[in-house]
Amino acid sequence: MSMDPATLMAIAAMAVVTWCTRVAGLWLVRYVPLTGRGAAALEAVPAAVLMSVIAPMVFLTGPAETIAAAITLFAAFRLPLMAAVIVGVGAVVALRLLLG
Amino acid sequence: MSYDRASEFCAGASACLPAAVAVIPFGLLLGARSTEKGLSLAEVFVMSATVFAGSAQFVVIDLWSEPAPWLFIALTTLLVNIRHVLMGASLAGKLGAFAPVAKPVTVFFMADEIWAMAERRTAEASLTPAYYAGLAGPLYLNWLVCTFCGAAFGHAIDRPEVYGFDFAFTAIFIGLLTGFWRGASTAGVLAASSGAAVAVKYMVEGPWYILAGGLAGMVVAIVLWRPAPQTAGEGAV
Repeated sequence: MSMDPATLMAIAAMAVVTWCTRVAGLWLVRYVPLTGRGAAALEAVPAAVLMSVIAPMVFLTGPAETIAAAITLFAAFRLPLMAAVIVGVGAVVALRLLLG
Repeated sequence: MSYDRASEFCAGASACLPAAVAVIPFGLLLGARSTEKGLSLAEVFVMSATVFAGSAQFVVIDLWSEPAPWLFIALTTLLVNIRHVLMGASLAGKLGAFAPVAKPVTVFFMADEIWAMAERRTAEASLTPAYYAGLAGPLYLNWLVCTFCGAAFGHAIDRPEVYGFDFAFTAIFIGLLTGFWRGASTAGVLAASSGAAVAVKYMVEGPWYILAGGLAGMVVAIVLWRPAPQTAGEGAV
């Protein structure tokens, strides 16, 4: 089982960079006022980041994905997460067959 | 504060189940692509074990060449993972039950799905180390096993999108999003985030859209903020 030095160097760089991006937020919040507008900005992060992650799939991929996202949202208000995910995936597979 | 560690761990583990299933074909595919690019089994294993960032690993493996261009790879990883700065800042205030020395270790496991479900947990309960371990442990082991098996035996599914696996993460995040509703200001945040993300994704190559959408949502939250007559309880949980 071989380990190439250049490859290990690259993997180490990836690991260090990834961990730094994950730990940077812990350090950064020490300099953000955790009341008022600073707190409001931080509280918005989960919704803002999740929305941004899914936005291209939901809005830029095609009608099948957009409709399936709406169906998933509808299901998510009524069903447990696992069930909503199964409904959403089933919807996207069916809609891709129908519309694609 | 006392709590039942075992039941907290099990609650976390069952919360991460949809993500653990959805990630299997992607782990297999990543492992297989890695060996196609010339990585050994040991190198694939070490990468998954030390980096633990699926989207960054996929992007980097696509760009991989021999000998590995480490600086280019490091910069690409930084670009793909820069969103974690925002995510970590948001999670920081919710780690009150974690020992200070445990926090840098905790965030090592802060992959998107784990972070999102940890945040979701804080909407209804305080986040405990046992719950977080229940989220992170199974997903971490799952990722190691799947990428290793993909590297060792090849991938079972060439194009996960045919079976809707690509949409599974979107569906998980839509489901989690419903737990972050905080009234009308959330509508503004979501509109700004999706608008900015779509515009930037459309205009700029690469993963800048996540950072752009995240920051746009934060700006809207700052603009819409009004002093509450009483202290809103959310940040203090």
